[in-house]
Amino acid sequence: MMRGAALALLWLLVLTATARPEALVVSLSAHRVLIGSNYTGAQIAVFGSVERDGRSVARADPYDVVVTAQGPRQHLLVREKDRFGPLWLNNEQRRFGEAPSFLATYTTRLFREMGSEEDARRLNLGLRNKLIPAGAGLSFDTGEARFADALIRIKGAGKLYQEVERGVTFLTPSMFQAPIILPATAPTGNYDVTVEVYSGQVLLAKQQTSFEVVQIGFEQQVARLARSWSLTYGLATALMALGFGWLATVIFRRD
Amino acid sequence: MQIYLPIAEMPISILLIIGMSAAVGFISGMFGIGGGFLMTPLLIFLGVPPAVAVATVSAQVAASSMTGAVSNWQRRQLDVKLGLFLTAGGLVGTMLGVLAFNSIRRAGQLEVVIALSYLVLFMIIGSMMLFESLRALMRARTGKPGRLKRAGQHPAWLKLPLRVRFGRSRLYASAIPILGFAAMVGFIGAVLGIGGGFIMVPALLYLFRVPTLMVVGTSLFQILITMTAATLFHAASNQSVDIVLAVLLIIGGVIGAQFGGRAGRHLRGESFRVLLAILLLAVGFRIGSELIFRPEEPFSISIQGARG
Repeated sequence: MMRGAALALLWLLVLTATARPEALVVSLSAHRVLIGSNYTGAQIAVFGSVERDGRSVARADPYDVVVTAQGPRQHLLVREKDRFGPLWLNNEQRRFGEAPSFLATYTTRLFREMGSEEDARRLNLGLRNKLIPAGAGLSFDTGEARFADALIRIKGAGKLYQEVERGVTFLTPSMFQAPIILPATAPTGNYDVTVEVYSGQVLLAKQQTSFEVVQIGFEQQVARLARSWSLTYGLATALMALGFGWLATVIFRRD
Repeated sequence: MQIYLPIAEMPISILLIIGMSAAVGFISGMFGIGGGFLMTPLLIFLGVPPAVAVATVSAQVAASSMTGAVSNWQRRQLDVKLGLFLTAGGLVGTMLGVLAFNSIRRAGQLEVVIALSYLVLFMIIGSMMLFESLRALMRARTGKPGRLKRAGQHPAWLKLPLRVRFGRSRLYASAIPILGFAAMVGFIGAVLGIGGGFIMVPALLYLFRVPTLMVVGTSLFQILITMTAATLFHAASNQSVDIVLAVLLIIGGVIGAQFGGRAGRHLRGESFRVLLAILLLAVGFRIGSELIFRPEEPFSISIQGARG
């Protein structure tokens, strides 16, 4: 009786698993990035495998894997300078209320090989479409796009925004790997990693996981003191400054 | 060699920071200015968040002005009484300045006001000093005696009521212009986020005719008090003082200030003023060129309401 129930359960599991022909398994090389005094950035490898049910027909189009990593959200203000008489002053500005502090997408192929620009827009592929989601409006307001491009350009210079086409490599026909490269300036907090598998612009499977960037040891203590004992921390800094200043006069007192 | 800064949340090169702060400390010790207007932009350029840069530099300025002030004190080149008067006036001005700062920020034009006032201040003070000191140098070169300051010789506006005697500075002047001027410097300093030493030093030299070496010590003393208070204020109100960065800046800063003070004592008054004028003009040109030439990147990003 028990045996029968277990078998039935097993069958149920197999059935639900095969409800979609592709199953996606994803794993990260680490779920915590630790910041110590010699931290200069980190790299996390995303491993994944697309398990295909043997009974379904083979796909005509290859698998397109898109890996997206997003850091903690920030409230950003992008300003543009314009000419006023002889001076260049800030003029227009746009708010990005929920912009990720770190945003990276890695794909198997170039976006234009995967489909048209409209397809990318519809599927929210690429940095620009991630920053201005399709729901925000049917078409790009040109101003909006200009500010989003500036944000991508400036953040991209510091490697905080990355778009790596061909960043995902297939090790076997079903197993793939992608490196997430975190610059040292990426802030502490929680990072979401989304892996999507497409074939011919159809989403076959999607998985989410996350990792965390935290300070440890001395760095963690300092950050905690600065926040919860701010006046004591300030006093300690000021006393240290005055102490060092006085010490220097003692050391250098010879003339 | 890199070290991670826990509050700025970024790594930075140790040698680069110590070298930079030593250079700024040298200038600070030499001219009796804080040097914050040089160090803060350098740190922001290296990627340190502006709030952290401003707050942490105040600790460095406190340290290098401490070392300079103590050296000057040991040489009896510091007028404590005048320094305390300047500090008192400065406090009132700082409070008014903070209020003005907030209302300008609400109007959304803070950066423009800061850049333009820097430009105007540096250009006016710099060119006036350069002009005057070059003339003094020429006079010295041709052997004609310059105007020597005699005891008891004071401009009329220092003869207002409430006169106070500042023995060391050979100054017997009304407290009204001194306190008023200190309040103005404090006001400008709070709006621009600087100590204001570069305004105080020329003013003490020209308006109050305090001897050059006494100017340096007294200005450093006043900066020491305001910047210690600023460090406490920044740490308590926005938790943006990075103690690791502060240690690096302080080590470089105090060593630089010691050598700077030594170099300054060997300078003649005129050369001192020429060099300070050139420094102010150079910084003024740098800020002005940013306003006038087409920027390479017209866009800028600022983080709103996040920590740091």
